[in-house]
Amino acid sequence: MSTSAPAQPTAPAAAAAPVERSSARPVWVMAAFAALALLLFGGFGPAGSSTFALSGGGAAVSLPDLPLPGRPSGWVIGLACVALVVVVELARRAGRPAPRWAVPLFAALWVVGFLVWVVAGQRISLVGLLGGGLVLAVPLVFGALSGVVSERAGVVNIAIEGQLLAGAFLSAVVASATDSAWLGLLAAPLAGALVGLLLAIFAIRYLVDQIIVGVVLNVLVLGLTNYLFSTVLSADRSLNSPPGLGPVAIPLLSNIPVLGPVLFNQSVIVYLMYVAVAVVHVALFRTRWGLRVRAVGEHPRAADTVGINVNRTRFVNVLIAGALAGLGGAMLTLGASLAFGQNMSAGKGYIALAAMIFGRYSPKGALAAALLFGLATNLQDILSSISTPVPSQFLLMAPYLATVLAVAGLVGRVRAPAADGQPYVKQ
Amino acid sequence: MELALEGITKRFGSLVANDGIDLVVAPGEVHCLLGENGAGKSTLMNVIYGLYRPDAGRILVDGRPLELTGPGDAMAAGIGMVHQHFMLVPVFTVAENVVLGHEPTKGPKGVGLLDLAGARRRVRELSDRYGLAVDPDALIEDLPVGVQQRVEILKALVRDAKVLILDEPTAVLTPQETDELIAIMRQLTAAGTSIVFITHKLREVRAIADRITVIRRGKVVGSADPSAPENELAALMVGRSVSLGVTKAPPKTGEVTVRVRDLVVRDHAGTRVVDGVDLDIARGEVLAVAGVQGNGQTELTEAIVGLQDAVTGSIRLGETELVGLRTREVLDAGVGFVPEDRTHDGLVGTFSIEENLVLDRHRAAPFAKGPALDRTALRANATQLIGDFDVRASGPEVAAGTLSGGNQQKVVLARELSRPLQLFIASQPTRGLDVGSIEFVHRRIVAERDAGTPVLIVSTELDEVLALADRIAVMYRGRVVGVVPADRHENLRDVLGLMMAGVPEAEAVAQAAAYPSEVEAAAADAGDDPVVTT
Ligand SMILES: Nc1ncnc2c1ncn2[C@@H]1O[C@H](COP(=O)(O)OP(=O)(O)O)[C@@H](O)[C@H]1O
Ligand SMILES: [Mg+2]
Repeated sequence: MSTSAPAQPTAPAAAAAPVERSSARPVWVMAAFAALALLLFGGFGPAGSSTFALSGGGAAVSLPDLPLPGRPSGWVIGLACVALVVVVELARRAGRPAPRWAVPLFAALWVVGFLVWVVAGQRISLVGLLGGGLVLAVPLVFGALSGVVSERAGVVNIAIEGQLLAGAFLSAVVASATDSAWLGLLAAPLAGALVGLLLAIFAIRYLVDQIIVGVVLNVLVLGLTNYLFSTVLSADRSLNSPPGLGPVAIPLLSNIPVLGPVLFNQSVIVYLMYVAVAVVHVALFRTRWGLRVRAVGEHPRAADTVGINVNRTRFVNVLIAGALAGLGGAMLTLGASLAFGQNMSAGKGYIALAAMIFGRYSPKGALAAALLFGLATNLQDILSSISTPVPSQFLLMAPYLATVLAVAGLVGRVRAPAADGQPYVKQ
Repeated sequence: MELALEGITKRFGSLVANDGIDLVVAPGEVHCLLGENGAGKSTLMNVIYGLYRPDAGRILVDGRPLELTGPGDAMAAGIGMVHQHFMLVPVFTVAENVVLGHEPTKGPKGVGLLDLAGARRRVRELSDRYGLAVDPDALIEDLPVGVQQRVEILKALVRDAKVLILDEPTAVLTPQETDELIAIMRQLTAAGTSIVFITHKLREVRAIADRITVIRRGKVVGSADPSAPENELAALMVGRSVSLGVTKAPPKTGEVTVRVRDLVVRDHAGTRVVDGVDLDIARGEVLAVAGVQGNGQTELTEAIVGLQDAVTGSIRLGETELVGLRTREVLDAGVGFVPEDRTHDGLVGTFSIEENLVLDRHRAAPFAKGPALDRTALRANATQLIGDFDVRASGPEVAAGTLSGGNQQKVVLARELSRPLQLFIASQPTRGLDVGSIEFVHRRIVAERDAGTPVLIVSTELDEVLALADRIAVMYRGRVVGVVPADRHENLRDVLGLMMAGVPEAEAVAQAAAYPSEVEAAAADAGDDPVVTT
């Protein structure tokens, strides 16, 4: 055996790999959207001006209306979109990443163009559009956060729908019974966490297929709340007349033009949502807890070999996820000052799941996707009250279509946590 | 620290994987645990590392019994382990993986904000001290396996491991990378760390070990000094005296019938995983593709059989163009294929042996009777092949998944070789098999060559490549670095090892002459040729 370790000839530096150009697909998708903008917003743009009212909602400063001439704005926006496509393509040809602002700016421009087009010479309130959209997005955001927290740890949470509904139900009942909206707000996450507990027990402890348990729980909560609604709640209507958690204006901030009334004159649940998104984001990506959660969702055996208790981590996360979705349920009742109604969640849990996936399992992404969905729903509501030439079914469909295309083309393959949905069995 | 095992027994159902094992690892020594595949080496290490609970026996650290409830306890006691299959989160950075479960934090107590800067610093520090050359910010999935292995070692070092277990660490390395690993191990032992080094490759043991323990079928069957002759160790390990398997006649090479030209395969992300490969295979020769795992070999074979989507270029088999054909048509053109993962891709585990033996031909006579299967024909076929291929099973109706690895592989081989072939492809034909099965499989492959079939072998084990190949194509990053006839170089193993790291043949020859590898040198010192090539 030779004793001195001879200096090894180092392997040659990897023969300089040819500059790997990124795929052209995003550019094609953007080009298609730009062409659509030119054609629809420009070519078939409305003759008159679409007017956006900027004040309202109790803003301190009153602003003038913003009229945007239909066809000319369409052309301008369409051409700007084309310019952005060129920018991105040039960067790609040079093997550089596209400027960070290019795609978001493109999306923003396109949405504005779309709004001008659909409003078609009428007048709508921008504050109403955005603020209402935000309100509609709140349950989706909480639901999507719930999904993020659960699936990042490797447990598929189909039960968001049931958790929303349970949260809506219990918050309404508790708030009515105690005549305290705050106690109701406290009950909502408990209800959601209870559904989460069932999911955790069956999926993690007894290894039942997670998707099946989730669906069964949704049906269970729906049946249970329907039953209680038609028996207990209809017998004693005082149990279903909750006090609401209406808008609370935040001093100063709510005075900012347009954004003030949209963001800072809302129910306390909306403010909780801001906090929740920020907290989940920081916790997931900046803390020890988050690193462990993500490890458990990606490679549970690796986590196990460094002494992390995989199934306990998952259990806790599913409970937290349930609580988050339950809180979202409170928005449907307390936040909107409404009594509980049968099947109040109406599929929002599934839309939240879609928002989570489109948001690539990240809190920020989920927030963006949920806001887009909320905005679209609100836009459709508003437009159905004014006469627009665009069929309402199309309006309802458009945001989802756009999201699917955008995700397929721009975001690329969404990678779920590698161990998502797989139970972990220790040997 | 001294680690001692006393009477460790571990059962899986009725299988006794470890049977009353005693073992002492002295401070600062490299203790080699030598045993065939399935001998129970990994199981024993998982017991020491707290992943499996032993059914009997105890673990002593410096004479004090150690109670393990999980890997956390083992790590706290100073035991670190690099698993045979790496335990790294592919989407995390090196620093994140190294500190996972042991994270430095900063900021207010209770919040647990990660101190990633601290983690990075620690990784860089340890990496510098032991010459590991690991970038703390690299993503694991972008790193070659050799580097991933060093990350695993870092994981143990950052936790102050006093005993480091390396489970078959060389299986994924080129000979030169193995030398680098040996240098790292020397530094660690010099600093007082003991190392348990697991392997089934005899030729490494001599260069590395201070002490050797051989286990067979879950029992310690002996221990030896590194100076013990290799055939003695081989006999201990296998349980009978072994003479190396394949004795093959020189090839009777015929015309070239397989021509691969400018073959490009892209993965789903669009990366060229096979990047312009040209290969010829003649009748009656074995062309072996060597290379570290993940350099496009798998995709190459899958492209030939029609299992890859994004394929351009040409693969001609005689007059037939295979690119664009469906797998069924490729098989009908006379291609036999043994995939690298027999349990997933080679067999249907819940089907019986006789059904598995006709997976490719059940649609036609003699096995189909109208829309139904002809069970009698199936049974006759199975009885015949089970005999020919020496499949050890209680009967043809046994589910294939219950067979041992070697017997599963024999079933796959039996199916693929039982029809006339124009090309035979086998990927990792003996991975995880015992010595007896390896001999058998190698003999069948050589027999197919001698019958005049062009044979393409893919193997990451150099021993296997050297045992079978008439010519060797080395792949690196999707390209063929060079094609070398098996008899061209004296120190072929070193030359191939360098080529596996991307060094062109001429340069590899020069470097190999200047710096012969240590394992080779040790094997040469001992003056006997390796007896078992596993
Ligand atoms: N988790 C398990 N369940 C059942 N059998 C197992 C398990 N792990 C290993 N075995 C069996 O135990 C025996 C020893 O395996 P292993 O320790 O992996 O061998 P080695 O590492 O020496 O190749 C083999 O027969 C294997 O099939
Ligand atoms: Mg093993």
